[in-house]
Amino acid sequence: MLQKMYDWIDERVDITPLWRDIADHEVPEHVNPAHHFSAFVYCFGGLTFFVTVIQILSGMFLTMYYVPDIENAWKSVYYLQTEVAHGQIVRGMHHWGASVVIVMLFLHTLRVFFQGAYKKPRELNWMVGVLLFFCMLGLGFTGYLLPWDNKAYFATQVGLDIAGQVPFIGDWIKTLLAGDVSIVGAQTLTRFFAIHVFFLPGALFALMAVHFLLIRKQGISGPL
Amino acid sequence: MHKGKGMKFVGDSRISADTKPNIPKDYSEYPGRTEAFWPNFLLKEWLVGAVFLVGFLCLTVAHPSPLEGMADPTNAGYIPLPDWYFLFLYELLKYDFASGPYVLFGIIVIPGLAFGGLLLAPFLDRGPGRRPHQRPIAVGMMLLGVASVVWLTYESSSHVDWEARAEANKPEPTVQVDIDKDDPGYAVFQDNCTSCHGDDLQGGASAPSLVGIDHSADEIKKIAQEGTGDMPPGIFKGSDEELQQLADFIVSVNEQAK
Repeated sequence: MLQKMYDWIDERVDITPLWRDIADHEVPEHVNPAHHFSAFVYCFGGLTFFVTVIQILSGMFLTMYYVPDIENAWKSVYYLQTEVAHGQIVRGMHHWGASVVIVMLFLHTLRVFFQGAYKKPRELNWMVGVLLFFCMLGLGFTGYLLPWDNKAYFATQVGLDIAGQVPFIGDWIKTLLAGDVSIVGAQTLTRFFAIHVFFLPGALFALMAVHFLLIRKQGISGPL
Repeated sequence: MHKGKGMKFVGDSRISADTKPNIPKDYSEYPGRTEAFWPNFLLKEWLVGAVFLVGFLCLTVAHPSPLEGMADPTNAGYIPLPDWYFLFLYELLKYDFASGPYVLFGIIVIPGLAFGGLLLAPFLDRGPGRRPHQRPIAVGMMLLGVASVVWLTYESSSHVDWEARAEANKPEPTVQVDIDKDDPGYAVFQDNCTSCHGDDLQGGASAPSLVGIDHSADEIKKIAQEGTGDMPPGIFKGSDEELQQLADFIVSVNEQAK
């Protein structure tokens, strides 16, 4: 039955080559922890991706309750945390995932760095990876404000003040992020929400696509 | 790939009518013990993922994510603190050489050099050797960078009493209750309880709030007469009927607050 459905689609769309392109790639011995336990260092990149998927899914569920408005943001989070079935777990996954993904990214970066895996011909992929790191830090910074509690509010104020001290374009950056040169308020929350939920994930997905395409194209760096 | 004459398509589409074999590539001639990602490696990899997920969910269940009280911009005494992975930048700005007149050094020059160096690492470290001992400068800079980040994060967080912070900033549910001041129980309340528990049951220096308590009417009657904790017995002075009105009144306010 399944085979027939597959054949029916394959005849019309020719998906076999597409799907074999995704499925067929080799896993060399030196990156396989089943053969050399020390190869677990090669897991950090995959785990970063895994946590990113957790973040996307838990974040999608969080937006079902979250209201990006200064009157209701905190209340919606409090409601989610205390009243909604498993709300605490979903929010917990997103909160802890944000920390775990930074840890995994850090370990992945160190692995690539100390193995010198960014050397020719992989310079571009290293730079895409560093941009992914910045993207993730931006997601952490903008996501921190969204619960609209005291620590979120005052940490964001400090962050925006620092951005405002940049010469020449400081005020401009601050206005772009916060909606105003001096007020951290309703506009700041909606802008941070938009950046956190649309702009940065868009950039993240594009960069991730390039990152993975380049890995597939170039293959994993060889053993030292 | 089949080209030129004799190509057959499905209908008028550009899909080739030949079916391609759906079989995995053969890796037996690859060096070492190379295996196929699908399905050989994936069957092991998902186990690692499952173990990781179980550990992650244990963390999530054991430590609910924190939430402080609703943001209050007028709270002048609040000491701001960023999330832990920004603490090192925050701490850097406390040093004399990175603050005040030198603040540009702290917010642009040092982080710019560090993150710029990270971004451009492949162009700064151009030698052919990949082993760490073949590129001592790059590895030395990275170790220095990681050590400073770890040190700054430690310096910043070691002075913070996290538990006291969490305790002081606990979220308070904003329950709004309309107190029916025409209720006969409220009159009894005014005669006996307001001096300590306040006009609106909000509590005071010597007594807790009576909104959001979890006592039955009988328990409230008992406490009113016999006291509890710091509350001495015999504070309530009135008839049994008034006692019942008082207890019903307090219970009705708490029902609203639920």
